[in-house]
Amino acid sequence: MESTSDVIIKVADVSKTFKGKDNNVEALRNINLDIMRGDIFGIIGMSGAGKSTLVRCLNFLERPTTGTVYVDGHDLNAMSPAQLRAERLSIAMIFQHFNLLMQRNVIGNVMFPMEIAGVDRKKAKKRAMELLTEVGLADKAKSYPAQLSGGQQQRVAIARALANNPKILLCDEATSALDPTTTKSILALLKEINEKHGITIVIITHSMSVVEEICNKVAIIDKGELAETGKVVDVFSNPQSAAAKKLVFPEGQSSQVASMSSKKCVRIVFSQNSSFEPVVANMVLEFKTPVNILLADTRDIGGIAKGQMILQLPDDEQLADSMLAFLKDRQLEVEVLENYVG
Amino acid sequence: MLADFFNEYGSMLGEGTLMTLYMTLMSTLFAYILGIPMGIILVVTAPNGLKPMTVVYKVMDFIVNIVRSIPFLILLIMVIPLTKLIVGKSYGPTATIVPLVLCAAPFIARMVESSLLEVDRGVIEAAQSMGASNWTIIWKVMMKEARTSLIVGCTIAMGTILGYSAMAGTVGGGGLGDIAIRYGYYRYETVVMLVTVVLLIILVQIMQFIGMKLSKKLDKRNMRV
Repeated sequence: MESTSDVIIKVADVSKTFKGKDNNVEALRNINLDIMRGDIFGIIGMSGAGKSTLVRCLNFLERPTTGTVYVDGHDLNAMSPAQLRAERLSIAMIFQHFNLLMQRNVIGNVMFPMEIAGVDRKKAKKRAMELLTEVGLADKAKSYPAQLSGGQQQRVAIARALANNPKILLCDEATSALDPTTTKSILALLKEINEKHGITIVIITHSMSVVEEICNKVAIIDKGELAETGKVVDVFSNPQSAAAKKLVFPEGQSSQVASMSSKKCVRIVFSQNSSFEPVVANMVLEFKTPVNILLADTRDIGGIAKGQMILQLPDDEQLADSMLAFLKDRQLEVEVLENYVG
Repeated sequence: MLADFFNEYGSMLGEGTLMTLYMTLMSTLFAYILGIPMGIILVVTAPNGLKPMTVVYKVMDFIVNIVRSIPFLILLIMVIPLTKLIVGKSYGPTATIVPLVLCAAPFIARMVESSLLEVDRGVIEAAQSMGASNWTIIWKVMMKEARTSLIVGCTIAMGTILGYSAMAGTVGGGGLGDIAIRYGYYRYETVVMLVTVVLLIILVQIMQFIGMKLSKKLDKRNMRV
């Protein structure tokens, strides 16, 4: 489980076209993606980018129009329906709206996948109780989903997903219907599952913070195409594609700062600086000249500052250049922005 | 006076009530044995169903619509040869079951169809993602998740079948409808007719009561903490 070099899911040239009445919709175009064993892999994109279709292609709930998906080296496209169903026992999935069986109690829901797999009832019951204990809901075994909160329902769904010891857990906007606190606790649970059981997790989301919180790799899907993929740290600190930049640096505030006098603006990107070092404040103290913070979107992730800031530097060329040098000295990525204001 | 009435008609009305119950329950049972698979076929083979099969769907849809369009009284007469073949005679409560089943089955198929369509697609998708076969999805997911709606549908179907069974009385079907026609209509014994009507109302009320209680009890969606 510790090895990180082997590919568990290989998306090979997948395209998906939905036939409409008057026009066809190309939901996915030539997607190629390798997901490694043990990854927590984020797939992020705007609504309608095709990410939900992509995740459904990973277990063939949607059959790609062309291309295929290999799970542990097995071509899903070459499988008979029965083989595919057997394979799905090891590819679990959780959903935005939990999709629990409302007429079954909690333990019945967790036992359901084991019924499908043909597990002995007694064993299934025992395992279900263990799983419910793991997700912290052992006392709700006899409750019905309608009696639970959203977060609790998602925990039941997670327990249910783990029932048959899957290799892979697909999460389709699993936290989108939850409040921020619950989201955090569900993400923590997913991380724990990944670490404890070595289950590869694929997370579909439109939320940057979800990816930042737990993913180690990310793919950005834009208009049905793979815009960019890589380690989260790399993609978020130095996005290459337009789609990635749009996600990482949601701009559009420029009109509000049109009245500023200086036109010299820089974007600084924090990716590895200690949160405890007051970079901008130190710079102001050093040069005894104020800078204007036009935009700041930073947060502390595990003691490391992440995010970006846009600074308006003084008009004085020389002073501005020394400031740039100061910032570059501190291992910040600095980008001079032309026409950001004015 | 009341004693006189019961002495004269009591056993007949009691027997009639039992006959009506017999016809209604048996017809409902057999109509469901036919109607449930028909309803399932309609849902599963529909264009966006679990296993789309256009031809099967269209044929089933057509049959259901055709049979539902035939007025019950006409159907009753039309199927007399079939009734004779199955039961051996064309009158009496058992014979009435044949046209009642034929008439109710398509109606039940439609109700089963609409109940199953109410099941959340996400739940079906979840079951598919777990590797469930279509068979498992139909019986363990759709039928179970829709059970409240199915029971409500069954209550409605029974009430309708009960009404039709009374109509069958006009052609010698037996039961309370038969009594109402013979005594109330042919012999002008209005009191007997009114009593049969009251008995029919009570029967429907009891069915409705049991059906609703059962569906409420089985519905776990509205449970509160």
